Formats: sequence, C-alpha cells, structure tokens
Amino acid sequence: MRTTFGIAAVAAVFLALALAPFHLGTYGVGLLIGLTGYVTLASAWALFSGPTRFVSLATVAFFGIGAYTTAVLYEVLPPVLVLAVAGLIGFIVALVVGLSTLRLAGVYFVIFTFGLAELVRQLVTWYEVNVTGTLGRYLFVDFGPEVVYWQLLALCAVTIGLSFLIQRSRLGLALKMIGDDEVVAEHCGLPTARVKLALFAVSSVIITLVGAIQAPRWTYIEPTIVFNPTISFLTLIMALLGGAGRLWGPVVGAVPLFLLFEWLSANFPNHYSIILGLLFMAIVFVLPRGVLEFLEGLVRRQRSGRRETPFKGEVAS
Amino acid sequence: MTLTTALIAGLVLGGTYALVAMGLTLQYGIARIMNLAYGDMIITAAFAAFVLQGALAVNPILGLALVVPGGFVFAYSVYRLILAPLVRRAPDRGALEVDSILTTFGLLFVVQGVLLVIFGSNYTSYSFLNVPVDVLGAPIAANRLIALVLALVIGLSLYLLLTRTRWGTALRAVAVSPQSAGLVGIDVNRAAAFAFALGGGLAAAGGVVISMYQTFTATGGVVFTMKALIVVIMGGVGNLLGALIAGLLLGVVETLVSTYADPGLTLAATYTIFLVVLLWRPQGLFGRAMR
Repeated sequence: MRTTFGIAAVAAVFLALALAPFHLGTYGVGLLIGLTGYVTLASAWALFSGPTRFVSLATVAFFGIGAYTTAVLYEVLPPVLVLAVAGLIGFIVALVVGLSTLRLAGVYFVIFTFGLAELVRQLVTWYEVNVTGTLGRYLFVDFGPEVVYWQLLALCAVTIGLSFLIQRSRLGLALKMIGDDEVVAEHCGLPTARVKLALFAVSSVIITLVGAIQAPRWTYIEPTIVFNPTISFLTLIMALLGGAGRLWGPVVGAVPLFLLFEWLSANFPNHYSIILGLLFMAIVFVLPRGVLEFLEGLVRRQRSGRRETPFKGEVAS
Repeated sequence: MTLTTALIAGLVLGGTYALVAMGLTLQYGIARIMNLAYGDMIITAAFAAFVLQGALAVNPILGLALVVPGGFVFAYSVYRLILAPLVRRAPDRGALEVDSILTTFGLLFVVQGVLLVIFGSNYTSYSFLNVPVDVLGAPIAANRLIALVLALVIGLSLYLLLTRTRWGTALRAVAVSPQSAGLVGIDVNRAAAFAFALGGGLAAAGGVVISMYQTFTATGGVVFTMKALIVVIMGGVGNLLGALIAGLLLGVVETLVSTYADPGLTLAATYTIFLVVLLWRPQGLFGRAMR
C-alpha cells in the first residue's frame, strides 16, 4: 500500500518535471538539464559504488566516451542509433575495465579508475591528432534543449527505477553482502566477481548515455572539455553527501550541491575549486555516511528516548 | 636524438620520479595514508623555488634548504590537523583508506585552487644553469645533470637512514605491522605523523628539482600523483629501493616512447605499464606479498 502510494507520488513528480519546460525560459531549461544530468550521474554511480563500497573515480571516462560518440556519429546516424551505439561502447569498455580491475583491492581500484579518464583522454587526443587530423569537433543538432532535457529525465527515471528494483531483489542483497565483507560473501557461494561486473556495466552504460545525451549542449567538443575530472569528483561528492547506500541519497545530495555549484561558479569563479575542496573535506568529516543516514540516526535516537527498543529494520529507504 | 642522449634524459626524468615516489611510498607504506594531494605539494614546491629564484634571487639548490623544511612542516600540520582525527575514527584499514583518499582529494582541490589564485593557469619556468655539458659524447643540460645527482643523493641517504639507524628501523617496523610495533614500545602515531611529514619533505625536494629543468602549471599536480603512484606500485609499497629502480625504469621507458614512437603516447605507455604490473604482480616488481 505504502509502496503503491510512493510510486504514484514519484510518477506525479516526474510528470510535473516533464511539463516544466513549457513554463520556463531557456535559462531554466538549461539549469534543469544540468540538474537532471547530475542526479542521474550520482544515482548511477551509487548503483555500483554504494553497496559494494568500491570508490570509482572513472565517471568522467564513461561520460566522455558517450559525449564523443555523439560528436563523431551525429552526422552519420539517426539520434536513437547514436545513443544505442554509445551505450554499446560504454558497455564494452565497462566489461574490459571490469574484467581486468574488479579483482583489485580497494585502493588499487580507486587509483586505476582515477587514471582511467586520463588514459582515455590521451588516447582520444592522440587518435584525433594523428588519424583524423583535427582536435575538437563542432556539433549542431536540429532539436531544442527541451528534447535533451526530456531524454535525460527519462534516463533519470529509468535509473532510479532500476536502483529501486535492484535494492529489493536478490542481486541487491548480494551486493550489500559484498560491501559488508567480500570474503564472507564468497564463502556463502556468491559469484562476487560476476555480480560486481554486472552492476559496474549497468552503472557505466547509464553514465555513458548521460554523456551522449548531454553532448549537444556544448556545440564544441574537445577531449579536455568532456574528460574534465571535476565531473567524476562532483558526482562522487553528491552521492556521498546524500548517502550512496540509499535509493534517494544521490538525489538528496545532487540537487542542493548542483545549485550551490552553479551559484559558486557564477559568483566566485576564481575561488571555486578552493570552496569545492573545503566542502568536500567537510562532508567526509561531518557526514561520512550521508545526510539521510544522519537524519535517520537523529529520528531513531528521539524515538528510542520514548520507547524501549529502536525500530532498526523498519525505516523505509 | 641519439640513444645515449635518450637514455640519459630518461635517467634524469626517472631519477625525479624515483625521488618523488619515495615520499609517497613513505606516506602510504608507513602512515597508511593514500595522499591524492601529493602531486599538488610537489607543484607548490616548484612554485616556491620559482619565487625564490625570481623575486629573491636565491639559487634553487640553496632554495632546497628552505623549501624542504617547509614541505615537512606543511605535511606534518596536514597530518595532525586533518588526517589524525580520521585515523582515530577509522574502525579498520579499509575505512581509513577510503576516508583518506576522499579527504586528500578535497585537499588537492584546495591546494590547486590557492595556486591558481596566486599564479594563474599559465605554464611557468625559470632559467637555471641551462648550459650543455658533455656526458659520454652526448650533450646534456647541466641543470638536468644536477637534478639526477640530487635525486640519487637524497634517495640513497634516505635509504641509509632508514636501514642503518635505530630510528629508521622503528619506522620500518610500523610499516610491517603497526600493532606489533606498538607492543615493543614504538609510538605508532608519532611514527606515522613523522613518516607523513618526511614524505612531504621529499615531495618538496622533488618539486624544486623538477622546477630546475621543466615547465609546470598550477593544475599539473594530478599527473605527478599518478606517476608517483605508478612507481610506488611498481616498486612495491613501502620499498624505497624498489621505488628508485621503478622510477628510473619508468623515466627511461617514457623517454624512449616519446623519442622513438610519439610524444603523445607517453601517458598511455605509463598507464599500460601500470595496469600490466597491477594485474601481473599487485605486490610490485620488487615487493614481497604483504597482508
């Protein structure tokens, strides 16, 4: 009953968001595109990294691959096929990366993903300079920004729906176990490598699609723009702020932080990265498990003051 | 460019990598902090040497006497103020790794932001002893030669300090097993803070050496962090001699790739080596299996 009501409420919100471009100006739609993009990125990141606790800094590698695929193929293929090809490339890269690195222990995985975006950027740059002879591509599309927004919104809905389904499934349970203790999970007979690989691939394909959909917003595409490591960084901090282990955690983190960053980059362009860094450190110190879990902790403490036992498992995500 | 010239240039570059990686291997091996802001500490030192040379006319070799203690004190304060609370809070090593990575990632942006505000985003360099010297029939700039000698001298004296003194033995004991080190009366927290500060000093030394013969930018730190990490992993975490050999190796490979293949592929070569080593021998080429 509660779930049905929840799903209806969420559907209503998405419908309202879909109608928003009819009431907003160009600036408003642009803002919504950025916002939806980051909500989707953070949710997709948390899909894999939340339960497994594998900290991935490779977000922008996949994002950039998506954007570049659109830039290269837009003149050649119809938009739907461009997205399909981008998703496929993202999937293949995710499989290659996943197969070779998911066996690595925590810090090695972080470091490898940290360098991955740089590696992809170098290879794309090298290819463009030596093979196609150009660096940077122009991308003109014949549809307006609201079409980009609707595509992103749909992807966002799919991502959140997927996380919802995965969290309620056996797969979600398996992932939580891997996050708690991988050795124990393996001894229980879980195919940990396959579970992680599947989730990493799903998460990476979504991230690739965000890049592919958002690419037309730039008009001019260049490796340094679409492989900007700040994107990985922002995605991570948004998911962490809200709480990467919760369905709505990335959304709760992404919305306020995106608006804050927009405001900061408009008003303090020179001190932007200092403020960003300080904020990030503050989040790790004060809210290591995210806002949602922090609030739940407060509520639980208040309740347990009145009742004998705290309701541990009852809290809805 | 002849093969001899390429090899010497590679050794110079590799010597710098080795020097820089030794600091990171101390920080990660002994203090157990994966410091992603490491490269930005290097760049800060390079800018410090630039300011000393330009504004105060202090030669960079003398500048080392100022910049290295500065790096030591800075890293020590960072450890005491920011990282020590995380060490106290962390329930296990994995949690500390994630926390330290995230915090130093934030620090990276702060240091980089401060450098951008002060120096802007342009490439910076200064001229110091840019005269050719003849080595084995190949001409090489004197500043590069000094860089190589400095890297070797600093690296080897640190190695001797760690292996030949009682104090160095204590530090290495913490690297091997923090719990047991505590049992035999070693103050583990103090040793960790000291190792982290020492790593900061080495980063500063590396920055000064780099500034003698390379251009640098405020945003260039990430590349140095990556290279230092690659050298550390190649050499085996906490292994100083391994870092020295791996650093020299990486420098030579990079120079050969950029000379005989394509300068645009050096980073790709670096990451390929990194990945191969990670998958083939995660404990490092010269490391013993730990844990």
